[in-house]
Amino acid sequence: MYNGGKIILGLAVFAGLVTFPFLYNIGQADRQPDLKLDTPVIRQMAVKHCVEPKAFMRAEHMQLLNDWRNEALRQGNREYVSSTGEKYNISLQNTCLHCHSNKKKFCDECHNYMAVHPYCFDCHLQPKENVQ
Amino acid sequence: MSMDRRQFMKIAGLSAVLGIGGSLIIDKAGHAGLGAGPRYEQGPNAIEAKRWGMVIDAGKIKTGEDYKRIIKACHSIHNVPDFGEAKDEVKWIWTDDYEHTFPSAENPFMDQTYKEKPFLLMCNHCEFPACVRVCPTKATFKRPDGIVVMDYHRCIGCRFCMAACPFGARSFNWRDPRPFIKQVNPEYPTRMKGVVEKCTFCVERLAKGQGPACAEASNGAMVYGDLMDPNSEIRKILATTYTIRRKPELGTEPSIFYVIGGSENNA
Repeated sequence: MYNGGKIILGLAVFAGLVTFPFLYNIGQADRQPDLKLDTPVIRQMAVKHCVEPKAFMRAEHMQLLNDWRNEALRQGNREYVSSTGEKYNISLQNTCLHCHSNKKKFCDECHNYMAVHPYCFDCHLQPKENVQ
Repeated sequence: MSMDRRQFMKIAGLSAVLGIGGSLIIDKAGHAGLGAGPRYEQGPNAIEAKRWGMVIDAGKIKTGEDYKRIIKACHSIHNVPDFGEAKDEVKWIWTDDYEHTFPSAENPFMDQTYKEKPFLLMCNHCEFPACVRVCPTKATFKRPDGIVVMDYHRCIGCRFCMAACPFGARSFNWRDPRPFIKQVNPEYPTRMKGVVEKCTFCVERLAKGQGPACAEASNGAMVYGDLMDPNSEIRKILATTYTIRRKPELGTEPSIFYVIGGSENNA
């Protein structure tokens, strides 16, 4: 092999650079998203619950929001009857964010962790306390 | 390893069954079910119509204050920005003179008061809306109750609708509108840069049992109602008063009617 030493050295440096981020963070736990449900409205609820069970909301809230948008805007159905029979006004600003008025500590916490950038708040207004 | 045709068919069939079956199972398990499915309803106070329309009695809107009050009622509720220059203007309800409002009904000898009087203009919520026909994403659509609305989520900002609308009822957000909204109504969204917007006949208010904001602020000069209900107030006015519409010759069948020179009032 011509220039074998240089090639092997080069490969070693390349492998080192590529694996550096993994080796550097080895053994350190990543900071998990830390959702806060500590808002005035939620604090006052006797039984703390969202429009649907927590597991469903966690996994499917984006689909639910999509359905809400289509039903309210395109079908004119602005009331949601949940699986437990409770009725909710379909509105991101006036229903979701009424309870979750801590967007930074609720929505953003997970979205930033997952590096997703939903564009809801380009139009929909954030709750007051979060507006800079 | 050699394989005959029979063995190959067996393996291919088995992997197809496993693949399709497996994806179905993963699909089911992956989504947290809701059991008894949720439902969507209209809401208890919603007011409905077969075809919404409005009569604007031009003679009853007299002073500059009247125009300002009506326009402000709409624009403040719906977070309509004021960019401060005509080029970028966003308007849901606005005014123009007779010549530009009714270009086909103009004559050089007409009543001067009406010739110079501003008329309140808004989306005509046409029966055959040109804007809906040209929208490539179906962001603009006509509801079954005749109201032409927009789904801003789908708008790609192509502005075909602005070219198609013969009434200039649509505005484009050339800039981020947020900094130009004087007082934000926290209950209604804003728009973003790059979408078209227009009058919605206050669908969000109709869903709560309230009438359009402009009509509410007009002190009876603007009357809304169901054009398909012969007993509605609006049909009674249309049956007894002479009314005209903007550019009817274009065949879009506007749902906004104007009373010019009403009998019981002067301009």
